[in-house]
Amino acid sequence: MANRSTHLAVIPAYNESATIGRVIERVGRERPDFDVLVVDDGSTDDTGAIAHRAGAEVLRLPFNLGIGGAVQAGFVYALEHDYRCMAQVDADGQHDPAELATLMRAMDEHETDVVCGSRFLSSDMSYPAPISRRTGIHIFAFLLSLFVRQRITDPTSGFRLYGRRGIELFARDYPHDYPEVEAILMLHHHRLRMCEVPVQMFERDGGASSITSGKSAYYMVKVLLALFVGLARRRPVVEAGESAPVFASHGI
Amino acid sequence: MDRIQLVSTAAAVLLLFVVLEMVRRRRLLERYALLWLLAATVVLALAVWRGALVKLAHVVGIVEPPNALFFIALAFILLLLLHFSSALSRLSDQSKVLAQRVALLDTRLRALQAATDGTDEDEPIAVTLGELEQTRS
Repeated sequence: MANRSTHLAVIPAYNESATIGRVIERVGRERPDFDVLVVDDGSTDDTGAIAHRAGAEVLRLPFNLGIGGAVQAGFVYALEHDYRCMAQVDADGQHDPAELATLMRAMDEHETDVVCGSRFLSSDMSYPAPISRRTGIHIFAFLLSLFVRQRITDPTSGFRLYGRRGIELFARDYPHDYPEVEAILMLHHHRLRMCEVPVQMFERDGGASSITSGKSAYYMVKVLLALFVGLARRRPVVEAGESAPVFASHGI
Repeated sequence: MDRIQLVSTAAAVLLLFVVLEMVRRRRLLERYALLWLLAATVVLALAVWRGALVKLAHVVGIVEPPNALFFIALAFILLLLLHFSSALSRLSDQSKVLAQRVALLDTRLRALQAATDGTDEDEPIAVTLGELEQTRS
């Protein structure tokens, strides 16, 4: 398909048939300047078919990779189709595509490579997330702020806008599961600039979150491990021409 | 030669044989066989050569020399397990890259097909297992 735009909205979706249609429609209405790519992460329902009918380009992963692998597929797509800018929007209706304007304005004003939407900077907390999850987020925020020497308030937010350099970095290397927190540390290591802007987040329209209570303990431990190990990693990504890394990466 | 020495020698020889046989039948890549061969060889050498085992046990502070043999075998098992975890990590990363590439190619193929025959079918292009079996039979 010929590129119609220089901007791409990536919507990773795993069994989100209840909401995906509405989200695509809203992105199309609010931001007609964005192409829409749905990464169907091995859904067992008709998420991919609904997305296709709604007019989105659909990337069908042959099996479930998890959010990290799905979003990275979006980065690779954006890289190979020469998109200048890529937005990541959740498939469950948590994010308001109209607020992409806020993210884009911040990217221009502060000349950053990545902009994250933060629900905690917003004065209007219509959906503050349950207390247990909020505590986890604040712990990550505290640690990250310390590591990257910049105030981070919502490191788990999946509402993000990436410029070309962000796309290039993450197409090459992106964490496997629960990638958002670690990705911020990677930005810092690679000296990419990021900032946060206040956004609203809504309760999911339907379907089930990928993070159940059983998984959240694993989530905490995994991300903490990734953060501390990541801290000890002087060069997180192997550059082209170096000896092959343990982890195969794109384009090397 | 006492009994434990006999048993451990036999076990090490058997292991050595099985590993080599698997490599010969191409059921085991040389890359993964090397660590096994090293383990079997070391255990065999220490089982046969009692003097070395006694000395080693003394150095590490193990009273019964045969226990040193178990200790070394255990160390090799842990090493092998770690080796597998690392191989598994590499494989899952490679399969991730492959899955992404398949999806990207699939999308490109659909676009090409839509452009040539003007259809906009949403049928999966990727061959399913059922179809594969049909073509085989």
